[in-house]
Amino acid sequence: MLKTFSIGGIHPPENKLSVSAAITELPIPKTVVIPLAQHLGVPSKPIVQKGDQVKVGQLIAQSNGFISANIHASVSGKVVKIEPSADSTGYKRDAIFIETEGDEWMDGIDRSATLVKEIKLDRNAIIDKIAQSGIVGLGGATFPSHVKTMVPKGKKAEYLLINGVECEPYLTADHRLMLEKTNELVVGIQILMKALDVKKAIIGIENNKPDAIAIMKEAVKNIEGIKVQALKVQYPQGGEKQLISAVLGREVPSGGLPIDIGAVVYNVGSVFAIYEAVQKNKPLVERVVTITGKQVKKPSNFKVRIGTSVLELIEQAGGLPENTGKILNGGPMMGKALAQLDVPVVKGSSGILLIPEQEAIRKEVFTCIRCTKCISVCPMGLEPYLLGIEGEKGLYDKMENDRVMDCIECGSCSYVCPAGRPLLDYIRLGKGKVGQIIRKRNTK
Amino acid sequence: MNKLFVSPSPHIHSGDSVSKNMYGVIIALIPAFMTSVWFFGIGSIVITLAAVLSCVLFEYLIQKYMFKTAPTISDGSAILTGLLLAFNIPTTVPIWMIITGSLVTIGIAKMSFGGLGNNPFNPALVGRVFMLISYPVQMTTWPVPMSDNRFTSIDGLTGATPLGVLKEGLGKGDKLETILSQMPDLGNMFLGNIGGSAGEISAIALLIGFVYLLWRKIITWHIPVSVIGSVFIFSGILHFANPELTAGPVFHILAGGVMLGAIYMATDYVTSPMTITGMLIYGICIGILTVLIRVFGAYPEGISFAILIMNAFTPLINLYVKPKRFGRVRS
Repeated sequence: MLKTFSIGGIHPPENKLSVSAAITELPIPKTVVIPLAQHLGVPSKPIVQKGDQVKVGQLIAQSNGFISANIHASVSGKVVKIEPSADSTGYKRDAIFIETEGDEWMDGIDRSATLVKEIKLDRNAIIDKIAQSGIVGLGGATFPSHVKTMVPKGKKAEYLLINGVECEPYLTADHRLMLEKTNELVVGIQILMKALDVKKAIIGIENNKPDAIAIMKEAVKNIEGIKVQALKVQYPQGGEKQLISAVLGREVPSGGLPIDIGAVVYNVGSVFAIYEAVQKNKPLVERVVTITGKQVKKPSNFKVRIGTSVLELIEQAGGLPENTGKILNGGPMMGKALAQLDVPVVKGSSGILLIPEQEAIRKEVFTCIRCTKCISVCPMGLEPYLLGIEGEKGLYDKMENDRVMDCIECGSCSYVCPAGRPLLDYIRLGKGKVGQIIRKRNTK
Repeated sequence: MNKLFVSPSPHIHSGDSVSKNMYGVIIALIPAFMTSVWFFGIGSIVITLAAVLSCVLFEYLIQKYMFKTAPTISDGSAILTGLLLAFNIPTTVPIWMIITGSLVTIGIAKMSFGGLGNNPFNPALVGRVFMLISYPVQMTTWPVPMSDNRFTSIDGLTGATPLGVLKEGLGKGDKLETILSQMPDLGNMFLGNIGGSAGEISAIALLIGFVYLLWRKIITWHIPVSVIGSVFIFSGILHFANPELTAGPVFHILAGGVMLGAIYMATDYVTSPMTITGMLIYGICIGILTVLIRVFGAYPEGISFAILIMNAFTPLINLYVKPKRFGRVRS
C-alpha cells in the first residue's frame, strides 16, 4: 500500500497534457510588469524610480518587514513607471513597469548550465542569500523561503520534506523540473539541510510520475539522509499538512505550524531557485510555468521571466482558442480565475490553465441532501455541508466553533457535492468574517 | 472570444448530481421489483405504478400550484419515494388507498417540510405507517407467493407472513418448532418465496442491489451492515437465552423488511446521520428497536417504526457525533 494522508481526499482526472513538453525558454518580453505584492506578507518597497536603467537581477524593491521578500528586475532596460496595475486577483496594486533593452545581467550571476556541487557558504550565509534573492514558496503559497529556515527558539527541525507531489490536475512544472534539473535539486536539498541543520530529507512524489520517482531515486541513492517517497495519487496531497501526514504520519496541530512537529516543507520549484541563488548567485527572476488546457494547441512548460504578460504565454502555446471560457492562474482546484489577460506572471504562478466555455459555467444549485460525500472527502475532518449552511445564514459563531479556520480551501467539498452547492464559497466567506472576529477579540 | 467567466475555485466538478444518486438507487431496486413480479404477479406491477405515478403527480402539483416553483420531478426523488412506498405494502392493497398513502407521503412527509433535503422523516415510511394505521385490515392481508392466477388476476390468495405466523403462534403458546415447521424454509425465505410486502421478500435480490449501490459509491456499508448485524446479534441473544421466546437470528434477518429497510430505507441521505460513527450508532439502534418491537411489541414487524424513531434522533446524533478531525489531539 502506498502512503497517503490520513483522512479525506479526492482523485480528479489528472489531465497532465503538458507532461512530455520539455521546459523551453519563452522569448524575453518587450515589457514586464512586476507587482510589489507577489508574496505573502507586506508588499515590498520600491528602490528604483521612473527613468532608472536596470539590469537583470538588480534589486528593484526591498523586503518591507519580517514576512516580505525582495524583488529583482527580470529584464534589463528602463523603468517606465511605477503605478497600480491589475494583477491576477483582479485588484489594482502597485507595480514596476520595465521596458526591455537587450538582456544585460548583473555581474557575478552564473548563467551557465554547469552544476556546482560544493556548498561553500555556511549556515547563516545561506539563509542570508535566500533572503537576498527574494525566494518564496513557488508551489503557489508564496511564503518567503528564508523565514522557514529560521527555526524559532525551542523548536527543532527534524525532517526536511520536499514537495514534488504536484497534485493539482493539469500542472506539470514541478514534474519537468524533477526530470530536467535532478542534480541541481539534489544540491538544493543539501543546501537546505545545511541551513536547517537537519539530517533527514524526504522527497514526496505522487505515483503518477514514475519517471520522476525513478530519476530522483537514482540521483540520491548514494547520498546519506535523502530519500524519495512515492505516494498514492490523492488530492490535496501537495498541501503542506497533507504531505507531512502522508510522509511522516504526523499531524500538524490545529492552528499550528509544521515546525511544531519537527518538519519544514519546500516545493521543488523553490529548491531549484535556492540552488540557483546560493550556488550561482542568481536571484529569483524567472520560473517554470505550465500553460495548458484541453483546447490549447501546444500545452507547454515555459521558463518565464517574472512580470511577463499571461497573453504572451498563451500566444507561444498556439494562441487563444476560440471557445475559451475561463483562464486560471494555477490549477483547476485552487487556481484563481483571471478577469483579464494582460496580467503578469508572478512568483506564485505555477500554471496558466485555459478552460473551455462548456466547462467554465457552474452547476445549478440544489438543496443539500445530506449525502455525506463532503464529509468523507474533507482532508481536515470538517463538516463542509454544515459550514455551508452556517455560512449561508451568517452564523459566524457557530462556524468558528465548527473550526472553519482549519479549512485549507482545497475545494474537495465543492468538487464532489452532487447538489452543486458552492460550499467553499460560503466557507471562505466565513473564514474572512471569523478571522475578523478573532482579531478583534485578541486586540481587546 | 466572449467574456471570461470569473468565479472562485474549485473550477472543476466531479459531475455527480442529485439525480444520478436517485436513479442509481432506482436501478438498484430493479432486481427486487423483478422478484416481486415473479412471486406476486401483476398485483405488484399495478401497485408500483399507482404509487410511483401518484407520488410524481402530487409532487408536481404541489410544486407548481402551491409553492409556485419550477417542478423538480425529473430529479428522480419522487419516483424513488413512490417505488419504496409500493415496496412496503402488500400487493393486494386497493389503488385508492395507495393514492391517499402517496398524498401523505409526498404532501405531508416531504413537501410540507420544504421538499427534498428538508424532511426529517423518511417519506415512504411515513406513508406506510399512515396506511397501516388507517387501513389495518388491507395492510395486514398478505398475498401468497406463486399463486397460480397471479399473472391473470390481481385477486390472488392471501395468507400470513412468516413474522405474522410467528407472532400469532407464540401468542397462542405454540412451541417454536411447531410454528417453524408450518413455514417456508430459510432457503425459500432467502429467495423470496414468502408472503410479505411487495419489495421486501427476496433477500438475494435486495443484496444484489446493495452490491450495486456500494459499487456506485451511492451509499456506504455502515448503515446496512450495522442494522442487519444488530438484528442478527440481538435476536440471536434473545433466541439462545430463551428458545421459546422468539425464532433464530437468520430467520429474523430474512423474514419481513429488515433487508429492504436496512439497505434502502435507513440509508436515506436526508434522514440519516452524517458521520460514520453516527451511522453505526443509528444502525445499531434501529436493529435493536426492530427486534424489541417484533419480540415484545404488539406488531409482528418493527423495522418501519424503528427507522422512523431513529430518524427523530438523527439531528441529535449529528450534533454530538463529529468526524475525526485532522490535527486535533496534539501536545
